[in-house]
Amino acid sequence: MSQFIYLTFDGLSRGLVYAAFALALVLIWRAARIVNFAQGAMAVAAVYVAYSVTNATGSYWLGFVVALLAGMVLGVTVERVVMRFVDHSSPLNGVVVALGLVLILQGTLGILYGNEYLPVETPFSRDAFEVGGVAMLSRYDLFVIGAVGTVVVALTLLFTRTAVGLRMRAAAFAPDVSRLLGVSVGGMLTLGWALAAAAGSLAGMLVVPTELGLHPTAMDVVFVSAFAAAVVGGLDSPIGAVVGGLVVGLLLSYVSGYIDVTVTPMAVLALLVVVLLGKPGGLFSSSKARVA
Amino acid sequence: MKRTATTVLAVVLLATAGCTNDGGGGGTGSANVPGVTDSSVIVGTHMPLTGPAAAGYSKIAPATKAYFDYVNKNGGVHGRKIEYKIKDDGYNPANTQTVVRELVLQDKVFAVLNGLGTPTHTGVLDFLKTNRVPDLFVASGSRSWNQADKYPGTFGFNPDYTVEGKILGTYVKENLAGKKACFLGQDDDFGRDSLAGIEKILGSVAAKESYVTSNPNVGPQMGALKAAGCEVVLLATVPGFTALSIGTAAKIAFKPQFVVSNVGADPTTVGKALGAGAPLMEGLVATNYLPLTTDEANPWIQLFKKVNAEHNGNAEFDNNTVYGMSVGYLFVQALQAAGKDLTRDKLTEAVKKNGFQGPGLVPLRFSATDHSGYGGAQLTKVVGGKAAWVGTPYTTDDKDAPVTAYQGQAATPPQNGVPAA
Amino acid sequence: MTDVKPKASAAPVPDTGLIVPKRRRRPHPVLVIAIGAVVVVALTYVLPPFRNYQLATVGAYFCVTAGLTVLTGLNGQLSLGHGALMATGAYTLALTQNKFMNLPFSFAVAILVTTAAGAVIGLAAARLRGPYLAGLTLAVAIVVPSVTSTFDETFNSDQGLSVVLDPPPEAFPMEQWQAWLCWSAALVVVLLLALLVRGRFGRDLRAVRDDETAARLAGINIARTQVLAFVVSAVCAGVAGALFAVLAQSVSPGAFPLTLSLFLIMAIVIGGLGSLFGALWGAVLLVVLPTLSQSVGEQTGSQRLEGNLALIVFGVVLVVVMLAAPGGLASIPSRITRLIRRNR
Repeated sequence: MSQFIYLTFDGLSRGLVYAAFALALVLIWRAARIVNFAQGAMAVAAVYVAYSVTNATGSYWLGFVVALLAGMVLGVTVERVVMRFVDHSSPLNGVVVALGLVLILQGTLGILYGNEYLPVETPFSRDAFEVGGVAMLSRYDLFVIGAVGTVVVALTLLFTRTAVGLRMRAAAFAPDVSRLLGVSVGGMLTLGWALAAAAGSLAGMLVVPTELGLHPTAMDVVFVSAFAAAVVGGLDSPIGAVVGGLVVGLLLSYVSGYIDVTVTPMAVLALLVVVLLGKPGGLFSSSKARVA
Repeated sequence: MKRTATTVLAVVLLATAGCTNDGGGGGTGSANVPGVTDSSVIVGTHMPLTGPAAAGYSKIAPATKAYFDYVNKNGGVHGRKIEYKIKDDGYNPANTQTVVRELVLQDKVFAVLNGLGTPTHTGVLDFLKTNRVPDLFVASGSRSWNQADKYPGTFGFNPDYTVEGKILGTYVKENLAGKKACFLGQDDDFGRDSLAGIEKILGSVAAKESYVTSNPNVGPQMGALKAAGCEVVLLATVPGFTALSIGTAAKIAFKPQFVVSNVGADPTTVGKALGAGAPLMEGLVATNYLPLTTDEANPWIQLFKKVNAEHNGNAEFDNNTVYGMSVGYLFVQALQAAGKDLTRDKLTEAVKKNGFQGPGLVPLRFSATDHSGYGGAQLTKVVGGKAAWVGTPYTTDDKDAPVTAYQGQAATPPQNGVPAA
Repeated sequence: MTDVKPKASAAPVPDTGLIVPKRRRRPHPVLVIAIGAVVVVALTYVLPPFRNYQLATVGAYFCVTAGLTVLTGLNGQLSLGHGALMATGAYTLALTQNKFMNLPFSFAVAILVTTAAGAVIGLAAARLRGPYLAGLTLAVAIVVPSVTSTFDETFNSDQGLSVVLDPPPEAFPMEQWQAWLCWSAALVVVLLLALLVRGRFGRDLRAVRDDETAARLAGINIARTQVLAFVVSAVCAGVAGALFAVLAQSVSPGAFPLTLSLFLIMAIVIGGLGSLFGALWGAVLLVVLPTLSQSVGEQTGSQRLEGNLALIVFGVVLVVVMLAAPGGLASIPSRITRLIRRNR
């Protein structure tokens, strides 16, 4: 039982990170109909910026804020300089360009920082509180919950309660009509990329310290899990992304705890197969299978 | 038109790729030996310089090269300067195939030295044998390098993992008797051979877990070991995973005595990976068979630090640096022993004859029938953030020989730091 | 140091829908392949051993890029999992070969097993589109190390298996033999693909890619066409994997990382999606670019440049080609020709 509790908390904390990352994917998908395969590499780049800032100033929080800003800048740059010029007649093109960006980012980071695992500090202790001898949550887990929770609430408010959010949704779903109504579709698109990249950077900041360390490829596996989360939830649904993240996090935690860690990628694959074949548009899809 | 243009382009591409490599000399040396001239000898290696396995290990080959540069500055070996070609294989066996072929077929190296990694190097054994290239001092503790009949040109360097496991087991048996001992190891020869050695001494361990490098999460394993009530955890892990295991254990308030294989115990590398958690290493027990980096009084360390300052850009001085230079020293000894009239056969003969006195704490086992490297190690313990020796060196074998204390005297380096012929 | 390229212009289908196909009479694939075979054999006698080994590697890559370009370029299905299919072929060959020591038989088994694997993934893939398909195949790509560690008694985990091979006939140097082996396989694979796509099957593939509804109205069985395309392409990947197992005399998950799958995509995009000739280009670049960037790294003496420069070059080329010349590098000469002609 105590192991079950530990695994549940571990899975939830991990799942929230996937959720934040999946949200980033969903935001871009909704805005631009692109699955941003470069999201992981972009997030890693932001974490490297944080690493440099924190090392130079000694302040984790300054690094944290700069990372989110750097993520946004990178997101805007990628959208304005590259993605905007991709021919979107085939969904393949966006994916391929994103893969190219992955290679560029990873290569550049490798040259700048070297291909070693750099240690990244956490702002709070990762030692779990124990209740009656059962390891539960750590301060760091609470921080993760708080940070991702804030993002989810803020995005929900943005999209449902503000004019900008309304315009973003309009620009994404009916670009031509929106343009006629005076909405800056291109601007909304850029804003979507910026928000998404910031959410992705947040996920990177949260997950990298819990693994081997900072490395140009540190987010590869996270990307796959988060992508699975987004697909499970349905690429169009922000709520789906959050639920999908938690589902994937818990699944991975239980599988690694009760079966074996090595089995986890197979579990992700199995989950994807079951969900996609059962409901090709994801659990939260409203429409029928969307032909991308 | 189109086709002609493309063909021309392609030819140019391939030619450019080729032209950089054609410089490596075939020999005008004594008997037209590949890679040997009267003034030089070319040696190559494959190492992970990039990729996840590069951490720490990427410093080995530059250290070896630095020692060679030092020797070259002092006149070389039999008048020959050693040229060391370092190829990055990223710890990917497919790349190892390519770069080793490039070394042998294109660069015409005389020998391959200190190729790193069990999965990577295993794949090139046959190729090196077919081409009769000496394959010296492989950087891994697998027992595969000791197959004198099958691979007559391949020799090890590290104490094999079973020998080391027996020595780690002996420490637990003598100092931590009665405590519940458990094991976490890499899911390959490293983990398996190490566990075999440990169990030869301790009998069956209370719990055993394994990990794979592709999955950087050892939470479940440490949870299971904690649940099993382990008081001693023996690790057969690479440095990153040593740090991860210790950090993860601390996270769930699990504080056993860690006893770690030399492969994953360099305090500098592990401490760096632990970051602020570096104090968790205190009391960690491991082994070593080369001088400790912190032992300023040791003449080998003094020599290597000098070489490091002069030829290695004063890189951070850790176990990997000492390892790389020790390999270099041993290779120079072998070259000296092979004589002025250098051939590949003479080199392997010289290694088989053994008798090398170097920085190692225990003797190398090389003979006509035994191609395994160091035959033992000494225990270390982290005190005040630095590794310190415990007791005396031990020697044993990978079978059922007892673990015995080794009484031999440590050698000292020659005055000028270059082994004599 | 001439190269091998010409033979693969066999491809009767360089039209990606993006380039205007030139209505020039193309020689029959059999003829082109025959010329290619002659060129390759001649090359193996001229080239030094290491170049022969590289030539062999190009051949092995050519198998998988040719298959992938048919799937992705002609049928519009994006697979990020071809590295895993190569691993399937490689491991099957290794296990069979180590048991029976009969290379042709091992290849046959490898082909059979990858056919089955391709059918399974293809059945799932046929129901998915765009990013969903990419995501599923991505998960397939990263499942390789997981499978080899979970069933480590068979696959021996990260360490992998070594492949026991009989030495080549005395008269031939190893590398020459390897080049022949890989190129025989590559030329057969490409010939079959070329014949396949120039017929009805090829038209079906493109019809499904361009407009599923229209294709369905024209009486094409969409699902069957897609599954078939996946199987064909999987078999090509399996053959390539088996060849790599023979070349490396070992198989391990480290040889089939996610980046391999990404590099394959890159190769076919750079070569020009859907063009077998472009697939050859891609295969050449996969071998040449890393070598080039490594020697640049060596010359600058920067360890960090060495592996990473290749990544950046790959990435930049990929993005630039995608943005500027979606027809791939192979389309550039014809674009230039057209420009020149127009200006005359």
